[in-house]
Amino acid sequence: MDTISNILLLLVILLNFFLLGSSRLASCIRTIALQGGILSLLPVLAHGFSGHTLFLSTVAFLLKGIAIPYLLFRAIRQVHIRREIEPLIGYVPTLILGTLATAGSFIFSGRLPLIPEHSQSLFVPVGLATLATGFLMLISRRKAITQALGYLIFENGIFIFGMLLTEAMPLMVEAGVLLDLLVGVFVMAILMHQINREFSTMNTDNLTSLKE
Amino acid sequence: MRITILQLFLHLLLLFGFSPLLSGVIGKTKALFTGRVGPPFLQLYFDIWKLFGKGMVISRTTTWIFRAGPVVGLAVPLLAGLLIPFGPVGAPISFSGDLIFFVYLFALSRFFTACAALDTGSSFEGMGAVREVTFSCLAEPTVFFVFIVLARLSGSFSLDAMFGQTLAASWHTAAPSLLLILVCLFIVTLVENCRIPFDDPTTHLELTMIHEVMVLDHSGPDFGMILYGAAMKLFVFGALVVRLFLPGTTGNMALDILLFIGGILFMAVVVGVIESVMARLRLLRIPQLLVGASLLSFFSLILLLR
Amino acid sequence: MNFLFLSWLVLGLGACAAALPWRSARITALLGGGSAVLGCVSGLIAVGQGLVAERAATFSLPWSMPGGSFSLRLDGLSAFFLLPLFIVGLVGALYGTEYMQKEKACLHWSWYNLLLVSMAMVVTAANGLLFLFAWECMSLTSFFLVITEYNKSEVVAAGWIYLLATHLGAACLFAFFLSAGAFCGSLDFASFQHLNKLTGPVVSVLFLLLLAGFGSKAGIFPLHVWLPDAHPAAPSHVSALMSGVMVKTAIYGLLRMCSFFTASPVWWGGLLMAIGITGALFGIAMAAMQSDVKRSLAYSTVENVGIILLALGFWMQSRAAGQHVVAALALAGGLIHLLNHALFKSLLFLGAGSLMHGSDSRDLNRMGGLMCRMPVTGLMIVCGGMAISALPPFNGLVGEWFIYRALLESGAALSGLGGFFPVMLVGCLALVGGLVLIVMTRIIGIALTGVPRSPEAAEAHEAGWPMRSAMIVLALLCLAGGLLPIQLLRVAGRAAVLLDPESAQLFAGQVITPWWLGIMAFLLIGALLAAFSFNRWRQGRGTVAAASTWGCGFAFPSNRMTYSAESYSELAQSGMFCSCLTPKSKDGRTIGFFPIRRFFVFTAPDPVLEKFFKPLFQRLADYCRRCCRLQSGNLHIYLLYVFCTTILLLFWVGQR
Repeated sequence: MDTISNILLLLVILLNFFLLGSSRLASCIRTIALQGGILSLLPVLAHGFSGHTLFLSTVAFLLKGIAIPYLLFRAIRQVHIRREIEPLIGYVPTLILGTLATAGSFIFSGRLPLIPEHSQSLFVPVGLATLATGFLMLISRRKAITQALGYLIFENGIFIFGMLLTEAMPLMVEAGVLLDLLVGVFVMAILMHQINREFSTMNTDNLTSLKE
Repeated sequence: MRITILQLFLHLLLLFGFSPLLSGVIGKTKALFTGRVGPPFLQLYFDIWKLFGKGMVISRTTTWIFRAGPVVGLAVPLLAGLLIPFGPVGAPISFSGDLIFFVYLFALSRFFTACAALDTGSSFEGMGAVREVTFSCLAEPTVFFVFIVLARLSGSFSLDAMFGQTLAASWHTAAPSLLLILVCLFIVTLVENCRIPFDDPTTHLELTMIHEVMVLDHSGPDFGMILYGAAMKLFVFGALVVRLFLPGTTGNMALDILLFIGGILFMAVVVGVIESVMARLRLLRIPQLLVGASLLSFFSLILLLR
Repeated sequence: MNFLFLSWLVLGLGACAAALPWRSARITALLGGGSAVLGCVSGLIAVGQGLVAERAATFSLPWSMPGGSFSLRLDGLSAFFLLPLFIVGLVGALYGTEYMQKEKACLHWSWYNLLLVSMAMVVTAANGLLFLFAWECMSLTSFFLVITEYNKSEVVAAGWIYLLATHLGAACLFAFFLSAGAFCGSLDFASFQHLNKLTGPVVSVLFLLLLAGFGSKAGIFPLHVWLPDAHPAAPSHVSALMSGVMVKTAIYGLLRMCSFFTASPVWWGGLLMAIGITGALFGIAMAAMQSDVKRSLAYSTVENVGIILLALGFWMQSRAAGQHVVAALALAGGLIHLLNHALFKSLLFLGAGSLMHGSDSRDLNRMGGLMCRMPVTGLMIVCGGMAISALPPFNGLVGEWFIYRALLESGAALSGLGGFFPVMLVGCLALVGGLVLIVMTRIIGIALTGVPRSPEAAEAHEAGWPMRSAMIVLALLCLAGGLLPIQLLRVAGRAAVLLDPESAQLFAGQVITPWWLGIMAFLLIGALLAAFSFNRWRQGRGTVAAASTWGCGFAFPSNRMTYSAESYSELAQSGMFCSCLTPKSKDGRTIGFFPIRRFFVFTAPDPVLEKFFKPLFQRLADYCRRCCRLQSGNLHIYLLYVFCTTILLLFWVGQR
C-alpha cells in the first residue's frame, strides 16, 4: 500500500512540473483533474477502507476530479481563451524555480522532527512541494483562470498534508474545506466573467486599477 | 587480463558489426507504420560500403578542419564504446572518473563537427552548427545528473561499475529515481543522435535540420565515416539505455549477450515508433523540453539525496 | 634563489638598456626582448630548483622602510606560481619582438621587463610591505603596458578603468596588511601565523578585505569590470601575460593569506563557490556575445577565474568539513586548472594577436577564412580552443576532471543539503562547459573557417617565426599537460603541501591519481590516427574534386549571407541567457518593399559596469563636486586650512 501511494505522490510531483511548464489552459485543467483524481485515491490507500475514508475519497473525486474541472472548462469556453500568453515569469524560469522549491521541500522535510512512521513517507515533502507549486503559479501567471488553477494546486497541497491527519480530522472540517474550494471556484468563475465583460480581457493586472 | 582482451574483442565486434543495424530497424519500423515495405535491414551497411568506394567532392573554401570532422566523428564513439559495458560484457577500459572523460569525448566530436560545418561557409551548415552546440549545451547537465544518480547508487565513479552488477539491486531500492533517469537518458539519446522529436533526419528542407544539415557537404569516404560514426554513437547511447532497462543477468553469458542485442533492437523499434507517431518539435520548444529533462533528472537525484 | 636574482638582474638591465634612446626599434626590441627571454630562462631554472627542493629558500636584507624588510621566500607555492610566469613571460617576449615592430614602442620593453620582475617579487615576497611595493609596481607597469597605444581614446579609457579598479583593490590590501601587521606586531609573513589566534567578526572583515583587494585584480565576478576593456587595449603578448599570469598573482595572494587562517569558517568556502559559479556563468555568457575576439577571450578569463575560485572555495569548505579526499581533489583541480589556464589562455591571446596582425582587425566579423592564409596560427588556435573547452587530449580536461570528481564525490556521498549544492554545481559546471564550446567554436568558426568577410582578411598573411614558435611552444605544453597529467599533479602537489598538508598526502597516492587520463589521451590520439589513416586509404582510390559549397539551390551565395559572430550566439542568447545580459542592438530592420541602405549596430557592454559601477561613481562624483566649494582658490583660505589642521592634530596628540 505504501509503495503505491508513494508512486502516486511522485506522479503528483510530475504533474506539478507539467502544470508549471505548460501554456495550454485546457491541458492544465485536464492535468488538475488528473491530479485531483490521484489525490482522491490517497485516503483509502493511506488509511485503509472505512466509511470515513471512502466518503472522503468519493467527495474528493467528485469535486476535484469532475465538478471543478467541468466548471473551469465551461469558464474558458465562455471567455474564449486557450492559453496563457505572457506570464510574469517565463515558463522555463518557473519550471526551474519549481524544481528548486521541490528540492528544497524534500531536503527541508528531511530535517523536520516528524514522527517515525511519517519520516520515510513522501506525504510531507510532496505536500510542501505542491504548496510551493501553487504559490509559484499564483505569483507568476496573469490570467484569472490560471490564478484559479494556482489556488486549486495550493488546495491539493493542503489536502496531501491533511492525509496525515485524516484519522484525527473530523469529517466535517474536511468537507468544509472542499466546499470552500467549490464556492471559491464558483466565485472565481463569476468574477472572471465579470472581469471579461468589464475590461474585455482576462488579466488580473486590471484589478490594480481598483485600488483607491 | 584475458577477460579484458575478450571484452575488447566483443566490444569491437558489436560496435563495428551491429551498430548500422539499428538504423535499418528504425527504418523498417517507420516503413511498417506507413504501410510501405521500406529499405532492407542492412541498408546502412550497403550505403557505407558504397560510400567507402566512392570519390569525393570537396568545397573550395574548406581546410583540414573539414576533413577532421569525420575522422573525429568515427574515433570518438569507438573510444567511448570501450568505456561502457555492453550488457553483460564489462567495459574493457574503466577507471574512476571515466564518466567525465566519456562526456567530454562527445564534446570533442561536437567541436569538430560544428567547426567542419562552419568551414564550408554555408549559412545552412552554420545554422546546424549553432543548433547542435546550443542544444547539446542544455543536454549536458542531464547526462551528469543521470550519472550522479547511478554513481550514488553504485558508490563508484566508473561507468563499468555504475552500469554494472549493482544496478539490478538498485531497481528494488530506488525504482522511481531509476525510472525517471531512464526517461531522461532516453531523451538524451534522442537529442544526441538527432532523432525525432528533436531533429528530423529525413526532412528535405535544410532549414529544419540540425545534424544532417551540418554534413551536407561531406561526400564519399568522409560521409561514410560520418554515417558509421553516427550509427556507433546511437549504439553506445542505446547500450546505456538498454543496460539501465535490463540490468539483470541470467548467468549464461551467451544468453545475456543475446538478451542485450534483443534489448537494443527493441530500443531501435521504440525509436522507430516514436518517429512514426510524433512530429518534430517546434525549434523553440526544444530548449524547454531539454531543460525539463534536466530538471527531471535533478529531481530524481533529489529523491535519493533526502 | 641565486638564479632568481640573476633573472632579476638580467631583466632589470634589459629594462634599463631598452629605455635608452636607440637609433632603431630593432635594437630596442632585441635588447628588451632578448633580456626578457634570458631572464625567464634563468627564472625557470630557479623554479625548477624551487619545485625540487625540500626546503624553502629564504633571503633577507634589512630595509630602511619602517616595518619593512627585504625578505624573500621561494617555497613550493611560490615556485608553482612562478612557473607559468616565466613560461608565459618567455614566449611573450619572443612573440613581442615581432609583434611590436609595427608599433612605436618607446619604453614598452622596459615596462615589460619590470612587470616580470615585479610579478616575480609579488609571489616571492615574505614581507607585507615588500609585497605591497611589488604589487604597486606590478599595477603601474601593467597600466603603462595597457596604454601602449595611448593615442587612441578607448585605450586610455580602458587604462583609467584598470588603474581605478586596481588601486581601489590595493586600498583594501593596504587596510588588510596594516591591520594584520598591527595585530601580529610585524609585517613579516612569518609572524602572520598569529592571525590564527584572531576570533570573532574581525577575521571575517579581514577575509572580506582580502577578497575585495585581490578580487579586483583577479577579475572575480562583480569586480571584473576592468578586464574586458583592458585586455583588448593591451598588445596581445601583454594581454597574454596579464590574463594568464597577473590575474593569477591575485589568486596567489588570496591563497597565501588564507593559508595563515588555518581554521577558516565554512562560509568562506561557500562564498567563494557562490562568487565563482556566478562569475563562471556570467563570464562565459558575456563571452558568447562579444564580436571582438580579445574581449571575448577576456570574458572567458572571468569564467576561468570563476571556476578556479569555485574549486578553491570547495576545497576550503570540504577541508573545514573534514572530507580530505574531496578537499584534495578540489585543491588539485583548482591548482591544475590555474596552471593550465595560464598556458591555454596565453596561447589563445597570442593566436588572437596573430589574427589581428594578419587581418588588421579585432572584429570577428571582419575575419573569416583565415585558416587558409594563416595555417599555423589557425592550428594553434584550434589547439588552444580544444584545451580551454576541456577536450581530450589537451590539458584543460585534467583540471576540470579533478573539479568534477570533487563535486561528484561529495554529491554522491553526502545527503540532504550537503549533497544538494555540489550536485547543483555539477549541473552549472556542465552548462558552463557547453557554453565554452559555443564560444570556442564561434571564434574558430567565424574567424578561421568559411569565407573571408573583409578585403583585409582575404589578403591576410601568416605571422613570422618568432610569433609562430611562441604559440607552438605553448600548444606543445598544453598537449604535454594532457598526455602527462601525473606531472601536472606532481607540480600542483608541491604547492598543496603548504596549503593543506593533510590533503596533499593524497596527491601521491592512488586515490586521486589521473594516471588513466593520460592513457586515454594516448588512446584517443591512436584512435584518431587510425581513423585518419583509414580515411586516407579510402581516399586513395577515389578522386577528390573541388567544387563550390552546396548553396541549397541558391546560385549566388555571398560572404554576407554566412553566419556572423552575433547570429552564431543568438540562439543561446535568446533561449538561455537571463534578460539582464541582453545586448544592445540598433536598427537593422528593413521596412517597405524596396531595398534601402540600413545599418545594424550590436554591442554587448558589461551590465555590471553599465548598471552598477557607472551610476555609483557618477553619484560619487556629483557628491564630491559639492565639496569643491572648499577649494576657493584663495591662498589665505588655504593657509587657514593648514593652520586649523595643525591645531586639530596637536589637540589630538595631546589627548593621547
